[in-house]
Amino acid sequence: MSVSLVYTAAGIILFLLGTYGLVAYAHLLRKILAANIMGSGVFMVFIAVAGRTPGAPDPVPHAMVLTGIVVTVAFTSVALALAVRIARTSNRAHLPGRDEEQR
Amino acid sequence: MNAVLLTHPWSIWTIIVPLAAAVLAFLVPRRAPLAGIITALSVALFVAATAYRIFLAGPHIQLLGGWQAPLGITLRVDGPALIMLLTSGLVGLTVSFYAAGYFTAADRQERRQQHYFWPLWLLLWAGCNALFLSGDLFNLYVTLELVTLSSIALAALNGSSAALDGAMRYLMAGLLGSLSYLLGVALIYGAYGTVDLTLLGQTVRADGLSRAALALMTAGLLLKTALFPLHFWLPPAHASAPPPVSALLSGLVVKAPLLILFRLWFEVFPDTATAGMAHLLGILGCGAIIWGSLMALRQQRLKLLVAYSTVAQIGYFFLLFPLARGEAAATAWVGVFLLVLAHGCSKASMFLVCGTITRLAGHDRLTGLAGAGGTLGARLLVFALAAVTLVGMPPSSGFIAKWLLINAAIVTGQWWYLATIALGTLLASGYVIRVLSLAFTESQSPPLPIAPRILRWPPLALAVVALLLGLAAFHPAVLTLAGAPVSGIILLEMVP
Repeated sequence: MSVSLVYTAAGIILFLLGTYGLVAYAHLLRKILAANIMGSGVFMVFIAVAGRTPGAPDPVPHAMVLTGIVVTVAFTSVALALAVRIARTSNRAHLPGRDEEQR
Repeated sequence: MNAVLLTHPWSIWTIIVPLAAAVLAFLVPRRAPLAGIITALSVALFVAATAYRIFLAGPHIQLLGGWQAPLGITLRVDGPALIMLLTSGLVGLTVSFYAAGYFTAADRQERRQQHYFWPLWLLLWAGCNALFLSGDLFNLYVTLELVTLSSIALAALNGSSAALDGAMRYLMAGLLGSLSYLLGVALIYGAYGTVDLTLLGQTVRADGLSRAALALMTAGLLLKTALFPLHFWLPPAHASAPPPVSALLSGLVVKAPLLILFRLWFEVFPDTATAGMAHLLGILGCGAIIWGSLMALRQQRLKLLVAYSTVAQIGYFFLLFPLARGEAAATAWVGVFLLVLAHGCSKASMFLVCGTITRLAGHDRLTGLAGAGGTLGARLLVFALAAVTLVGMPPSSGFIAKWLLINAAIVTGQWWYLATIALGTLLASGYVIRVLSLAFTESQSPPLPIAPRILRWPPLALAVVALLLGLAAFHPAVLTLAGAPVSGIILLEMVP
């Protein structure tokens, strides 16, 4: 039980760190990495959930994590492709701020 | 014949057909528009058959492959899902026709857009229909991601700098929202060992953990629905996309996370959610109505004006949480679902009109558009027809919907929501009249050329459907309550 709790807590801390990174950093690559850290945190919580039953671990959360990884990979690739296009079109690696948009 | 109509799993085809067509459209791009049109017609037929089956035989649960929950995947074919499917069928059908005329292979850039539009849109359609029918938290997550990913790609379709930035902002908001939702799902599975909505509804305890999970999932979904003040990503993404995409994003896609929210709050956690949490959502909804309308009044570009109007209209949907209480529950429920249908049709129609005007004039700056004669006047007439439903004038479906919400506010004695609905209607007529006044301005520029027929009829058809739906609102209203988590009679304290 306590091992499971440690993993849950670690997962939630990773999630919060990732959230902070996603919101606080301007560089798109950092944002994308932060989102992946968030995702890892959520998956860790799922794994901790799988281990909470005595005996053999519950397989359903594993299946959910696998699906989640596929979704995150798809999101990451779309985000990277968009970031590359933004860098090529407007020659910057961040989204325009409020002032830049008005110009 | 009737036996087949009443027992065949029609709803499954609304997922399979667009999914198969998406693959086909990607492999054989030259035939993509044809595949899209055929898909659109058949999805509309399957939605109609689903409606007929629910109307005569009631809501039902479809087991995929015959596997029972919690192991198997169940589809819930009930009233709320049906109203969403109807919205998806109506908006999808007309936008598909419009898109077939809009994306022509005239030059290289357009051919590229056409090449990617059809597979992405059909994939989006399959994702939306699957989401509306999903019966468990995890499938809702997967389908929501399908919807979001294809929407992001569609929003970036024209490759302009503004569209790429809008899509990126959309992606970041979507990613934050979906991971927050997923963490909530993990907590729920950890506590109850299932993600099936029905099973959860029976076992969920109103404790701190459930409340934390509900808060996480709600926060994520609010970000995805773009409820004020989390709407920052919506106007740039919706306004910089090609017109058929804007129509789909505003008319259909924002309703996907909304349905999940309704399912969570009313089916899974009816006792967990406190009145304070419901009022918080209601107050944010009021904020959205007022702020979105004020921003719409200030916009200088037609498409941005319509996009901010979406921000405002999303606010109305959130009035369901505080209004669906006690004996007014069914009244508010029917009102909000009719509003979803009404807003889907009218907003898609308005974006399509914007698209036609932008294509003909080459821009969508309000100051540069003027003149009643010829094409612009005719397009603005369609815009006005759609706006009748959006603002909520009788006899449109928008009027019936808002009337039911007002009645729910009176029955539950929550006058401030009534005042907000009234103020929102006033502000909406304000920004709509700003557009319509273009027709009464002296034109300096030469009149616009006539639009091709395919760019004229779909928006008009949608606007007329939204308007006439008000006269035939009884059947959709009854269907909305089929298998709904609220029950009771539709109260009318005031009769129009």
